Amino acid sequence: MSAEPGKPGAMDAGRARGQRPARPVVELDHVTRILTDEPQPVTLVRDITLRVDEGEFMAITGPSGSGKSSLIYLIGLLDSPTSGRIILDGIDTSRADKARKERLRLTRIGFVFQFHFLLPEFTALENVLLPMRKLGALSDRAMLARGLDLLGQFGLSDAAAKKPHQLSGGERQRVAIARALANDPLLLVADEPTGNLDSKNSELVFSLFDRLAREAGKTVISVTHDPEMARMTHRQIRILDGALVADSG
Amino acid sequence: MAALAKIALAYVMGRKRQTLVSVLGVTMGVGFFIGIAAMMQGFQQFFIQKIIDVSPHVTIRDEYREAPRQPAAMGYRGAAIELRGIKPKDEPRGIRSARRIIDALSRRSDLAVGPTLTGQAFLRYGGKDTGVTLLGIDPAREARVSNLVNDLVEGKLSDLQSNPNGIIIGKGIAKKTGLKRGDYVSVVSSAGVILRMKVVGVFETGILALDDRQAYVRLKKNQVLQRRENVINQIRLRLADVEQAERVAREIEARYRYRTESWKETQKNVLSIFVIQNGVMYTSVGAIMLVAGFGIYNIISTVVNEKRHDIAILKSIGFSERDIRIIFLLQGLMAGVAGCLLGWALGRGIIEGLASVRLDIEQIIRTQGFILNRSFWNYAIAGALAIIAATVSAWLPARKAAAVDPVDIIRGAA
Ligand SMILES: Nc1ncnc2c1ncn2[C@@H]1O[C@H](COP(=O)(O)OP(=O)(O)OP(=O)(O)O)[C@@H](O)[C@H]1O
Ligand SMILES: [Mg+2]
Repeated sequence: MSAEPGKPGAMDAGRARGQRPARPVVELDHVTRILTDEPQPVTLVRDITLRVDEGEFMAITGPSGSGKSSLIYLIGLLDSPTSGRIILDGIDTSRADKARKERLRLTRIGFVFQFHFLLPEFTALENVLLPMRKLGALSDRAMLARGLDLLGQFGLSDAAAKKPHQLSGGERQRVAIARALANDPLLLVADEPTGNLDSKNSELVFSLFDRLAREAGKTVISVTHDPEMARMTHRQIRILDGALVADSG
Repeated sequence: MAALAKIALAYVMGRKRQTLVSVLGVTMGVGFFIGIAAMMQGFQQFFIQKIIDVSPHVTIRDEYREAPRQPAAMGYRGAAIELRGIKPKDEPRGIRSARRIIDALSRRSDLAVGPTLTGQAFLRYGGKDTGVTLLGIDPAREARVSNLVNDLVEGKLSDLQSNPNGIIIGKGIAKKTGLKRGDYVSVVSSAGVILRMKVVGVFETGILALDDRQAYVRLKKNQVLQRRENVINQIRLRLADVEQAERVAREIEARYRYRTESWKETQKNVLSIFVIQNGVMYTSVGAIMLVAGFGIYNIISTVVNEKRHDIAILKSIGFSERDIRIIFLLQGLMAGVAGCLLGWALGRGIIEGLASVRLDIEQIIRTQGFILNRSFWNYAIAGALAIIAATVSAWLPARKAAAVDPVDIIRGAA
């Protein structure tokens, strides 16, 4: 996670978009997701068109069961739309095959979930190294250095050698975020990352996201229930019954 | 790949006890395979080697493979003629024109020829009758037809030459009757002739069927004993290349029409028992492997179910279905390799253990202790079997793991 030079770090990404042509990272074009293998077809996401740019920090809000998670799985390429297109960093993923999507997930997307989802057998550091090892772009030494650096940035230097069960909930979630950033992705998607954390830790996570967007130019999209957390973002969208009903941007 | 191996190893280590159990299953399969195969192949190879050494490679007998055809049928070929009540001609037993056959075969350089007359007799000694199969042989020719020269533990084959009334008996007969070299014994043939003969030698082949039953006299003497002057009922051949036995036997039978057997045909009862023995062995080892395979299948299935969250997260990170499959296949492979290595050690241990056992075995053959085949191939075959079984067992759960839908799992956890 290195701060990109020439990036207007302190500037609001929303306003930056107005000043010069911002690069779209995620574009949804009439995206609909219907579950057809259920007895009654269930529409999870209903005809959403949306564009999120580089350096944006956006919250997805909405009542329980409105389709927020479903939307974030689509954005993160974990699920595929029934109709419509999802364009990631200019690549039309509706035409990408499985291997291509796996590759995109590995290199361009970082996932953070409500539950930490660390591999329990591995130390914090090993968890962070996992995506780098899979990518295999760096030497072992460089991976190790980067892993320790990431943990250090999140105040987890002392946790490197600890197993997940030896960490607190907040620490685990920060390790998960460090892991999501391991391959320096363009896009960070999070599904209620603070759902299990107290307010102090929640604020810590969201200020981390804010910093990632502002200073490193990452696009961060996070589902949240918490209006206070949503206020820390640059842009909020609201989902109701699978459809986009409000967009502050 | 290194990352996948790391994960697989972590999963194996996370379930040490169960993994150990399934590994031990493989170990048993491999170890027993090596041990039992060494013992059985050792025995079988010893036996076959002995048979090849001791008995003729090809035997021409005074009989035909098929009943002779009726003269009428020969006269009208292809016609539907059958005369009932015709008795086959009572041919005197023995190979007719044996001399001619022997002379012809003697000219060949790829085999040695031993004219023989066999017959039953009793050795009457110390008020006891002991039944024997008497082989009337030509001592000079016999030296090249069988291994008798080397199997003599007392006396020489040439003693039979110099002593027309000499008899060479098997070690088992000597033991049973108490006869020693130099003793005189009454030989009573089934034809009722009694001759007083001198024991000039004792042989020991290691095959009980021979050592307990066979005795050698000169051909002429047996012809006298059996009242079959000039008759030869077996021509025994030894080939330069034993592999040719089958071919030579077919060729000779085609030419002379007498039933001609290769050693394989003569010993086909024993050889077919070997086939059954091997079948039983491979089946039981296969069953052990199957059980070991189930063990591996079981543990990997358990791990797959337990690690669905891990699988989901790995997929969300960008690990492919193939990666996931490899992780669990590797797990099976690790169990297979570990079981294979331990099994090699166990097999080696079993072989050494058996080798150190000293006991007198008198079943079919006589040896001190087990005859073991320490072939490298048994290790290789057992190892390959183990690794194949382990990998195949891991395949199904690995496929199931690869098919896990991360969205289902992540949704379920949220
Ligand atoms: N596999 C499924 N079968 C049937 N219905 C489903 C399935 N998955 C999701 N749904 C339904 O789709 C709707 C959207 O679910 P989703 O998880 O996206 O909502 P959400 O906004 O994330 O809710 P929450 O805030 O409670 O997490 C819900 O009504 C849910 O019950
Ligand atoms: Mg949700």
